Amino acid sequence: MNLELNTAPVIEASELTKDFKGFVAVDHISFSVETGEIFGFLGPNGAGKTTTVRMLCTLTKPSSGRAKVAGCDILREENRVRRAIGIIFQDPSLDDRLTARENLRFHALIYKVPKSELKVRIERALEWMELSSRSDTIVRNFSGGMKRRLEIARALLHTPRVLFLDEPTLGLDPQTRNRIWERLLELRQEHNMTLFLTTHYMDEAEYCDRIAIIDHGKIIALDTPANLKAQMKGDQVFLSTADNQRAVIEIEERYGIKAQSDRDKVWFQVPNGALFVPKLVRDLSVPVLSVSVRQPTLDDVFLKLTGREIRDEEASGQEKLKGTLRRMGRAWR
Amino acid sequence: MIDIACIYMVWLRDVIRYFREKSQFYGSMTRPVLWLFILGLGLRGGYQQVGNVNYTQFIFPGIVAMTSIFTSIQSAISIIWDREFGFLKEILVAPVPRTSIVIGKGFAGTTLSLIQGCIVLLLAPLVKVKLLLVNILPLLIVMAIMSFALTGIGIVIAARMTSFQGFGTIMNFVIMPMWFLSGALFPMKGIPWWLNILVRINPLTYGVDLVRRLVLGFSFYPLWFDFGFLIIFSIITTAAAVYFFNRGEY
Repeated sequence: MNLELNTAPVIEASELTKDFKGFVAVDHISFSVETGEIFGFLGPNGAGKTTTVRMLCTLTKPSSGRAKVAGCDILREENRVRRAIGIIFQDPSLDDRLTARENLRFHALIYKVPKSELKVRIERALEWMELSSRSDTIVRNFSGGMKRRLEIARALLHTPRVLFLDEPTLGLDPQTRNRIWERLLELRQEHNMTLFLTTHYMDEAEYCDRIAIIDHGKIIALDTPANLKAQMKGDQVFLSTADNQRAVIEIEERYGIKAQSDRDKVWFQVPNGALFVPKLVRDLSVPVLSVSVRQPTLDDVFLKLTGREIRDEEASGQEKLKGTLRRMGRAWR
Repeated sequence: MIDIACIYMVWLRDVIRYFREKSQFYGSMTRPVLWLFILGLGLRGGYQQVGNVNYTQFIFPGIVAMTSIFTSIQSAISIIWDREFGFLKEILVAPVPRTSIVIGKGFAGTTLSLIQGCIVLLLAPLVKVKLLLVNILPLLIVMAIMSFALTGIGIVIAARMTSFQGFGTIMNFVIMPMWFLSGALFPMKGIPWWLNILVRINPLTYGVDLVRRLVLGFSFYPLWFDFGFLIIFSIITTAAAVYFFNRGEY
């Protein structure tokens, strides 16, 4: 019995679909997640990540398809699923008029944490997320990172078997993100907890054991980060020239390399970018304005699979700006 | 269906928030005072005497009822805030039956409404209304049933309304008419027949009538009729609240 539990996938989805009156947010996706795995859903906003999480957490009913979480059917055994999972939502879900401790206590109450363990678990959770000194502060006065940590502490109070994290570090500074990730990795190590997360941060996706790349409601690739990047066969070269279209044609004619371009850049793959670029700059008839070479990242995998960059469809202007700045900093300067 | 821990948690949360939010408390206290003294004293002259009470005394039960309406519906409507600010998800994803959430909300609305109502009752000496000690407990029971029923209405509204924008509309189309048509502000004698019908089909009329009986010592309808109507009303609104809250997608 026990053996069976350990070997069976902890999440199994088959043909899961959500149709919002004609708009198919999630389109017949199937996958399974093993116990203790960190499994990531990677994709742009609106790809169907959150809807998938909501279905697995029993908050949204699928239009068709089935799924089991911790061995329980998400439609017929709602409450058993709910008991087995913890969730960190994309948007805040704390009561910001209550103190940190009250938030935790209420969570423990509705999840039926035994009274004898209540105090100890709350203290431990606060300590673990480094919030002990602020435990009686009203949550409204917390910073974004503190709120996030409190939410994680809360989600773990009832020791769930699967922890869902929907964009867990969205909008947090890098230091806070690293701290949160240290904690999450500890969890997997010590409790063999399964983490299911959605993200559109590539560096976050790198923490995952396996990644499903999702776009327009469909899984378009599912593998380990290393294997996904291995598909790229070589370095990514980005350049901007005085005439990008001309450059694409010349690269194809001269080296037989198929390059792609958009308004402000040309990109292609070569086995060794560092050696190739000097030659290229010499050979091209159009002036080269800037060049960058980098090892393939999951960004590039996404770009190759969909023809778009993952941040292209971002909803929030501020995020978009931040993304652009980050990209410029990394690739162009 | 019944999850005591969940009911307790939902109730306790609202009560803690109520005592923490001082401005809401003061705001809700000024309304009855304004109505009672400004409207009450202003209209006193044009009022045809009913029984042996003056106008301020006559509307006193109505002010008590008004406090119940506003407090209960406002308390239930906080569900919309919870949806907007995310806390609702935390409760909905927990392994608790939604019916228990509704019951918890109902108790919370009732509790807050009783607290507010009692404060208004304390104003009784100012308008020279003598409350009999034996009537206090029945009065609280009547107010509690009425508040529970009204919280149900609030939950139905909250479950159907997706944003806070509609709140003003609700105030204008539900809360104010219910109160105006409850027979709390004017005696029933000599009103047009259609107004009479509206007053008679308004469940609140019977709640106000019961309060009037217990506070002023006279009423327009028989006791069993008032009480029966109020009970049926609260069963219907509670059922509706459970139905709509369970059905809603969040």
